[in-house]
Amino acid sequence: MLDDQRPDPDALLAAIQKAEEAKARGRLKVFLGMAAGVGKTYAMLEAARQRKAEGVDVVIGIVETHRRAETEALIAGLDVVPRRRIEYRGAVLEEMDIDAVLARKPQLALVDELAHSNAPESRHGKRYLDVIELLEAGIDVWTTVNVQHFESRADTVEQITGIRVQETLPDSVLDLANEIELIDLSPDDLRKRLAEGKVYTAERIETAAKNFFRVGNLTALREMALRLTAERVDHQLQDYMTIKQIAGPWKSGEHLMVAVSSSPFSEKLIRWTRRMAYNLEASWLAVYVETGATTAQQAQDQLARNLSLARSLGAEVITVTGHEVSEALLRLAYQRNVTQIVIGKPQHTALQTLLRGGSLVDRVIRASGEIDVYVVTGDEQQSRPDRRFLGPKPRLHSSLGDYLLAIAIVIAVTAVDLLLTTSQPWLGYQAVGLTELLAVLLIAVYIGRGPALAAATLSAVSWNFLFIEPRWTFIISQAQDVILFFLYFIIAIFAGNLTARLRAQEQLARYTADRTLALYTLAHETATAVNMDDVLRTAVEQIRRIFQVDVAVILPSSGRLSDDAHPCSTMALDDKERSVALWVLEHGKPAGRYTDTLPLSASQFFPLLTPNRTVGVMGIRYRREERLTADEMALLETFINQIALVIEREMLDEAAQQSAMMRESERLYTTLLNSISHELRTPIAAIKGAASSLTSATSEPDRRTLVRDIHSATDRLNRLVENLLDMSRLESGRLQIKRDWCDIGEIIGVAVKNFDACAETHPIDIQIQPDLPLIQVDFVLIEQIVVNLLENACSYSPAERPIRIRAELDNGSVVIAVEDSGSGIPADKLEAIFEKFYRVPGTPTGGTGLGLSISRGLVEAHGGTLTAANRPEGGARFQVRLPVQGSPPPVKEAELG
Amino acid sequence: MSEGLQVLVIDDEVQIRRFLRISLAGSGYDAHEAADGATGILKAAQLRPDVIILDMGLPDMDGLDVLRRIREWTQTPVIILSVRDSDQDKVAALDAGADDYLTKPFSTDELLARIRVAVRHAIPVEEAQVFRSGDLQVDLTRRLVTVKSEPVRLTPTEYALLRLMIQHAGKVLTHRQILREVWGREYEHETHYLRVYFAQLRQKLEADPARPALILTEPGIGYRLKVG
Repeated sequence: MLDDQRPDPDALLAAIQKAEEAKARGRLKVFLGMAAGVGKTYAMLEAARQRKAEGVDVVIGIVETHRRAETEALIAGLDVVPRRRIEYRGAVLEEMDIDAVLARKPQLALVDELAHSNAPESRHGKRYLDVIELLEAGIDVWTTVNVQHFESRADTVEQITGIRVQETLPDSVLDLANEIELIDLSPDDLRKRLAEGKVYTAERIETAAKNFFRVGNLTALREMALRLTAERVDHQLQDYMTIKQIAGPWKSGEHLMVAVSSSPFSEKLIRWTRRMAYNLEASWLAVYVETGATTAQQAQDQLARNLSLARSLGAEVITVTGHEVSEALLRLAYQRNVTQIVIGKPQHTALQTLLRGGSLVDRVIRASGEIDVYVVTGDEQQSRPDRRFLGPKPRLHSSLGDYLLAIAIVIAVTAVDLLLTTSQPWLGYQAVGLTELLAVLLIAVYIGRGPALAAATLSAVSWNFLFIEPRWTFIISQAQDVILFFLYFIIAIFAGNLTARLRAQEQLARYTADRTLALYTLAHETATAVNMDDVLRTAVEQIRRIFQVDVAVILPSSGRLSDDAHPCSTMALDDKERSVALWVLEHGKPAGRYTDTLPLSASQFFPLLTPNRTVGVMGIRYRREERLTADEMALLETFINQIALVIEREMLDEAAQQSAMMRESERLYTTLLNSISHELRTPIAAIKGAASSLTSATSEPDRRTLVRDIHSATDRLNRLVENLLDMSRLESGRLQIKRDWCDIGEIIGVAVKNFDACAETHPIDIQIQPDLPLIQVDFVLIEQIVVNLLENACSYSPAERPIRIRAELDNGSVVIAVEDSGSGIPADKLEAIFEKFYRVPGTPTGGTGLGLSISRGLVEAHGGTLTAANRPEGGARFQVRLPVQGSPPPVKEAELG
Repeated sequence: MSEGLQVLVIDDEVQIRRFLRISLAGSGYDAHEAADGATGILKAAQLRPDVIILDMGLPDMDGLDVLRRIREWTQTPVIILSVRDSDQDKVAALDAGADDYLTKPFSTDELLARIRVAVRHAIPVEEAQVFRSGDLQVDLTRRLVTVKSEPVRLTPTEYALLRLMIQHAGKVLTHRQILREVWGREYEHETHYLRVYFAQLRQKLEADPARPALILTEPGIGYRLKVG
């Protein structure tokens, strides 16, 4: 029985190998072409037939033949996985059935058109994500793609062909490829194939030939495809050299950094930097500086897209906070040993640049020291249409209402001043000017910079018109007043500016402090939390509060995702969300809303990842219809990492505890079998023997003796069974303590009465302190403890020697002491006697070795202690100490009718 | 006295039924058996026994349900048999109208004593004017309590408690039953009242309050007044 727990080492090894095989990623081969019609699919199918002939299990996941006869002919003879039909807004779309391919588990799957975007409600938004999933399932994949679909080439392709590429895929996908086969065809040959109707059907040939398939375009695309392949070959060679540790002409350690903003123009910057980093063999950072300025929702979305693009192109994405973008950028650049910074050319007008105290580029270049700075031009055509949803420029982000409020305040202050100057002629226009200045400062503090500037201008004008002599004109008669007026204007502008800036900095500092505090709180509370539930409850509460979202945590139980969210969750999941969560658990990647995978789900799901495994899934449902800012997302990710680590820690703890418990119970089983078999058999043998003797015994005294033996053996057996049951209840934690107000004297009385066998042989002396308070204990369990101690005292005391039971109040506890007059306990065994099945060697038979152990368990379950000691006058003393917690409510006399 | 009294044993264990039948017959009772709850209810209706011994763990239905069904139409004394560590079941059965209980394993002497008490209760007699048990004597008409002929002063509540116990002498009363009778329904969970008042009663009535011989505690269940 115990052997089942110990696996055969050979079987274990085989299992590990099998698991590793299953985990091994499949190989990816990409058939790369410069344009449609070069024969990628054809080449792939032909090669696949070859493989099939060699005995490889090949299936077609999805292949678009575009009704080309020669291609269709090649499909015959290959297994085709039926496509999944998705109805969407009345149309029926056909997609690769990824689950069917996974279930079929071929050695090699053919998946055409890597850049394809899947129909809505598919598992992944993009087909290349399907391919990655197949690869992760250990299936080799062959796929086809055209060069224009790679994100880093999309801009160039658009410049060359004038056509915006809609379906793009990250360059990093190509990094996954173990092999790239370039399907090359000269532009003339391709145009010939087009004319022959081998690429498109007749009606589309004309437009295609005029637009995309111009010789110039094709030549450029062909060069691009060749270069891309060459770069890859070069890289693979370098990888090979690295692996083989061949010294080579290594490039100096370049580190690139690109400054990302919420402008759509950043996409281009990111692609540019990726290309450069790739060719320089350099690592690169994409950095966003959060200035604390609120931005429009569309800008937030654009920023998220930009950062996710950078991430998918292989950048390390970092968000920093700082009021001054240039300072923050350079600080990080120095920290991370960046050698080259890429920033966009500013698109502000000269006036805006002046107001901002020089452009960002100027400031970065001025302070960049040894770092190279690249300034990359934005594309006018591209950024113009996007500007409409950027909303008001950041920094001038105060709403129209703010401006109106500022103007209203100026008008109100001016009106009061007007009233005061008319009623109190001694009040001069200088004092009025100062009150207006105060208003401007207050507006700067509480409303913002823009409104403050507006207020400064308005108040300066009104001050001049209404108060400066000659009044009711814009004319200023005295030279001194002219100076005063301009000084007022300048002070108002500067003070307003400064104050608003201080306020922004203060908000930023508060935000950073909040963030630090939140992280600290989480770290602190998770470190001090007693168990996993506490940790999760704390973390969920923090996330819910900080991000204003609903949170669900789902943990796997016995390998599967448990059906219900963890009780700490603040939302329930529907079936659809549960399946998204399951996907996330299996794949260890985020999915759901705002991701490329299952984006139609109401919630976003993140894997709780540790270096070893996915320990659970966290779901976030946004309460407001806006996604988190990049900065918030970074914070959330930190939270999630922290939680994952804590969960893993807890899981490991639990596993360790369980194995310790297993060992303990194993030991217990062995002891139990040895001890119990003896203890059980002895009374059974006595009963069996006495019962069979009864049939033959003839003398009445003999019969009576036999009957008495049966009685006492049965009692002993019964006690043993009760003890074993109690033990198992205690061990399993199923013991329920029914606390009630009890009188210790009464308990002792019952115990002594129930164990009258003892009283027959030993005088029992009971001393109970009068006025002992009632205590809240389980009457039956405490009685059992006293009986056990009495029984113990009886069996270790010579007959006729007294046993004393005392109960008294001592130091806030009720103490029950049972004292015998035996030979005491060996000093080194005073603790050992409380162990299960332990019996002091050479003691009389009859006990089970469980009584004391059970008694201690029961006392401890009551929050008390049970100890043993030797009395100076001889014999042992067992002492139960039970804490007195509170006193019962007052007792009422009965109302008797 | 036990001559010809009918006892119905409802228990699924054939060995238990057998030794009960032998010892009951030996004491002059007429023993009848039922191996499951449904048969037990049927036989209880057909035979109209004087005492029913009911095992709580029956194969076809819960012992408590059998008890409730029987109590729907008869007040025949019912003594329940159950294993230890199911105090709540015992209390539930007693509160549902069972007269007494025995914990398995039990001796036949205990069972016969319980049957005697149950039957005596069931026989309608004039309420005893004077109750005697050991050194205690209570004159119920004159409300006079003496121990070893010495008068004892009891508070009205103590007397009400004692009087209730005398009415059900020999029989176990659950905490809830006592609290309801003496204090009223809304006090039925205040068991500490009982701890305090029974301690006072024992101080006044028992020869050795540390080893009560008159008012016996049934752990986890209630109290019983010793008879004879």
